[in-house]
Formats: sequence, C-alpha cells, structure tokens
Amino acid sequence: MNVRRELLQRLSGRSRSARPPRTGDVLTGDPMQEGPDASRGLILYLEDITVSFDGFRALNALTLYVEAGELRCIIGPNGAGKTTMMDVITGKTRPDAGSAWFGQTIDLLAHTEPEIAQAGIGRKFQKPTVFERHTVFENLELAMAGDKTVWKWLVAKLTGEQRSQIDETLEAIGLMARRDDLAGVLSHGQKQWLEIGMLLVQNPQLLLVDEPVAGMTPQETERTAELLLSLAGRHSVVVVEHDMAFVRSIARKVTVLHEGSVLAEGTIDEVQAHPRVIEVYLGESQHA
Amino acid sequence: MRMTGNGAAGLIRRDRGGSALLAVLGLMVVLAPILNLVVPESSALHLSGYTVTLLGKYMCYAILAIAVDLVWGYCGILSLGHAAFFTLGGYAIGMYLMREIGTRGVYGDPVLPDFMVFLNWKELPWFWHGFNHFGYALLMMLVAPGVLALVFGWLAFRSRVTGVYLSIITQALTYALLLAFFRNDMGFGGNNGFTDFKDVLGFDLDAASTRMVLFVLTALVLGGSYLLCRFIVTSRAGRVVAAVRDAENRARFIGYKVENYKLWIFVFSAMLAGLAGALYVPQVGIINPSEFQPANSIEVVIWVAIGGRGTLYGAVIGALLVNYAKTYFTGALPSAWLYALGALFVLVTLFLPRGIVGLVNQVRHRAAA
Repeated sequence: MNVRRELLQRLSGRSRSARPPRTGDVLTGDPMQEGPDASRGLILYLEDITVSFDGFRALNALTLYVEAGELRCIIGPNGAGKTTMMDVITGKTRPDAGSAWFGQTIDLLAHTEPEIAQAGIGRKFQKPTVFERHTVFENLELAMAGDKTVWKWLVAKLTGEQRSQIDETLEAIGLMARRDDLAGVLSHGQKQWLEIGMLLVQNPQLLLVDEPVAGMTPQETERTAELLLSLAGRHSVVVVEHDMAFVRSIARKVTVLHEGSVLAEGTIDEVQAHPRVIEVYLGESQHA
Repeated sequence: MRMTGNGAAGLIRRDRGGSALLAVLGLMVVLAPILNLVVPESSALHLSGYTVTLLGKYMCYAILAIAVDLVWGYCGILSLGHAAFFTLGGYAIGMYLMREIGTRGVYGDPVLPDFMVFLNWKELPWFWHGFNHFGYALLMMLVAPGVLALVFGWLAFRSRVTGVYLSIITQALTYALLLAFFRNDMGFGGNNGFTDFKDVLGFDLDAASTRMVLFVLTALVLGGSYLLCRFIVTSRAGRVVAAVRDAENRARFIGYKVENYKLWIFVFSAMLAGLAGALYVPQVGIINPSEFQPANSIEVVIWVAIGGRGTLYGAVIGALLVNYAKTYFTGALPSAWLYALGALFVLVTLFLPRGIVGLVNQVRHRAAA
C-alpha cells in the first residue's frame, strides 16, 4: 500500500492529468460491468511495472500510457519485454511491482484473465489460434460478448442483433464468403483476420495485437494495415510488430522498448532518429 | 429444459447415426416384449430371457459409453475413472435392493442386510438410512456420483490438471474406491458386495415381466440419454465445450470460465454413468468392488475409441460390438480376450483414428466422389 500511495503522490505532481483513482474519489456502480472509464483521455496506465523471472528483469519499471482511440505501435528487439507487457495487461503474468489500470476505474492487477477479457481488453496472439474444428461463423459466435455462464449458453440462441453484428464483422474482416467453412482450412492471413474479428465481436475498448503481419504475403499485409487503421478511433489498438515498413504504414505514435523499459516514444521519424534507438538497433544488427 | 417433441426431432434432423440408433431402440422396445413374452419358447423367433438380460446389460454399457464420449470426445477430458461413477450408481440401487430383501434374508433380520448381521453389527450405519425408499435411492444414484465428480473435478480443473495427468488421477480415484469398498468396515459388504436381491418396488426380479420392464426402461433411458447429450453438444454451450477441447487457453482468453464448463459437463457425465450403473445392477443381480477395477474404466474408453469418439452414437456402437465380442470370446477362448481387446485398441488407434463411424463416413464419401 505504501508503494502505491507514494506512486500516486508522485503522479499527482505530474503535469499530465493521468492518474488512477485515489481513495475518496467517487466511484459509482461496478466498473467491471460498466467497462473502463476513459474520461480523462487515457485508456491504459502502466506505471513502474517490474517483472522478474529467476532474476532476469523482463520488465524494468515500465511506464506507458495509451490514449483512448489511439493506434499505438510497440517495437523493440527480442527480449525487450513486449510479450511480457501484454501478459501483464491481460492478467496472465502478475508483476512484482507497479500498477496497471484500465481506464480510471479498473485495476488490472486485481482481476483474472477472463474478467479482464470481459471488461474489454482483447488480445490477438502471435500464432493464430482460431478454433479449427468450428466454422468461421461459430468462431465469431464463440467470441461474442455476453454473459458466458454455462446455464445461459445451454439454451441461448443468437438474437437477430447478434447475428447482424457477426455479419458486419465478417464484412469488416473480408471473410463473408468463408462464413460456413471450417476455420482450419483458412489461409494463414485469413486466420489472422478471423482472430481480429473474434476480438471485434467482443466490443473491446482496447485491442492488443501481437505481430499481426508475421508470415503474411504483401497483399495480406496491406489488407491488414487497412483493417487496423479502420479500427482505430472506435477502439484503442496496441500493435506489437517487428516489420518496420508495416509500422511506418500504420503508426501515428511509436514506443520503443528496450530491456524492459521505454527507450523512446514519438512519431516513427522521431523514433528512428533517436540516438539511443539507433545504437540499440545498430548494435543488434552488428552482432547478427 | 425445453425439449418438446418437435425439439427432439430437430435434434436428430441432420444426424443419420442418431436417427438410426433411435429407430433401432424403438424397434427393440416394441419387438422384444412380444418375442420374449408372447412368442412361445418352442418357436425359433422366441427371444430368451438370457438374451434379454444380455442386451439390457449391453445397453447399460452403451449409456456409460455415451457419458465417457461426452467428456472425452467433446471436452477432451480423458477420464479413466468413469466406471467408478457407474459403480457408485450401482451401489446406490444395490442398497435399496438389499433393504427390500427384509426378512427374506438368510438371517431374517427385518432391517439389517445379511452381511451386517454376519459382522455382528447391531444397527444400520447412518448412510444406509433412507435407502428403504426407492425415491431416495433414485436420488442417490445421481447425487453420489455427481458429488464425487463435483469435488474431484473442482479440485482437478481449478488446479488446471489436464491431459495424461488428469487421466492418471482418475485411475487413482477408481483404484482408491476399489480398496475402500473392499473393506468390511466401510459398510458396503466388503469384497462380496451385494447380491441375492429379491424384488424391486415389490416386483420379483426373477420374473420375465420384471426383466422385460427393466430392459425397456434401459432402452428408453439410452435413447433419452442420447437425445439429452445431443441437445447439449449442439447447444451454444456444447460449442464452447468443443472449443475448450481444441484450444483451452484460447477459450479462457475469450472470457469463458473454462473450469466451470469442464466441471459442469464432467458432473453431468458422472451422473449419467451413475444412472447406467443403477440400471445395470438389478439386471445382473450383483454389485461388488471389482466393478471399480481400473481396467474397467479403460475398457469403456476402448469402446468409445473403437466406435468413434465425438459422435455419441459411435460410443453406443463401440459398446455393443466390443461387449458382444467379449461375450463370444470369453465363452470360446477365455484366455484370448484381453489380447484381442488390446490388439483391437492398438489397431483402431493406428488405422482408424475416427473409429468405426469414421470408417463408414470415409467409405461413403469415397462412394459419393
């Protein structure tokens, strides 16, 4: 508790309005039901997050803010902590220190993976993991937002509204023609899109997308860039990607991670001109 | 549960295997009583009491196989302990049947079953109370396996024990029960279990008519179990369960409480297995701890694998075929049976991963192409 109080004090001294709620703030209702409160313009607060695995610091006092509706790219060499950061946000890994808030009201460190997913954070994994033995439509149906308890789902039927939401999503990800095919027979790129679609039907506030274009053809990459750009604004999107050309084509703001903390942040041009970034990346390529 | 006649028809509309199964069961329910009770024994068409009991027994196994297919074929939980739930259901009805004997036992005690008199017990243990009521026994044949599955599943699934580790602890579970029920002081008749049943609800268990009622009841329960399981696997919850089987972590990330789905389907399956056991015991006339043998549970999995898992009706086919073969072999070549069963399992695993149902579908597709 002391650590947190100290943190909050430090935060309140900052010029930016970003701060998680303090005791005494008036909170109404259950934030897990109402979803995140991004009224201060920020959807994600990561502050001084530290994660150690057997002495290795995967994240080292990482502090990062994401604005509502923003499309943010995270880049960094292998081992920079990109995946660990995603794990912390989605509740898979608990940090040793620091705080993580989703909007003003939801403490990510106090909830389980399914609760966080329900609250509105969707994650797309590096390797596409769609349900191969279900159809494309059923994959979206499974991913659909809603009360996911056993008893409800035993008798639940899709409403017309839900059906049209699935159809809209199929349209958006360009898989309308493959609606009734088994997801297992889709191409690699199509599986990636289906997976993005599975995130979309959950109405997430925040989308975490891990290496969306790895292994894609140039056409598929282009199509993916369009898709992600079309999502920004309605959703906040965080993309982790190695492909610099792809990052350049979609990014407005780029964060560079290195050894578990933020090395640089800014537009792609600013970041690429940053001396430390050049050093880290060039240093890497010389070894390679 | 909204299961109207129309709904039941809807469940099997595009399910040829299921329709065939229900048609065969319907035919058996109509024909068996006629061939057994009406057609005279001298006629070639007469169905002997022995065959009726044998078929009834097979159908109990088929219900057990459906229960295993539900958790294994649809949820990926390879339970090697389902015979434990089956046996518990059997013990529940067995306790009722023991109390029904009353003064007709060897020792003629109106309350205590023979084995308790023999052990010099003076009064009925607390857990035997209530079993003089059929309704209570009916409840317990579902509750006992259900509660065991609930506790076991809650611990196992919450700790995320999966795959072969889960299979091993289910074996341990049934083995532990085997050892416990062998003990005389457990109050379940020790290694002799229960036998010498006289009647059920006042009907003589040896009477051909009673046996026929049990047979028909088993056929109806088998058909009902099939429809109920079909209803579950075709519901949205069923698609979630299949998703858990294929990619558990993914399902968790989408926001499903995977443990709850597994637990729920596991408990339901255990109760179904208990029901099968409860139908089995009055027909075979005996229940003892050897039913808990780990090998029994493994055999059920082999039936399902041979029939074709993940189809429900495949489990029924597997249970019937393997048990028919077992009856034949143990009569003709008793020592060869276990080898034959083992070889069958290896062959099916290697060459027929989708079982007999998969083979039939393959042949049909090839014929259509």
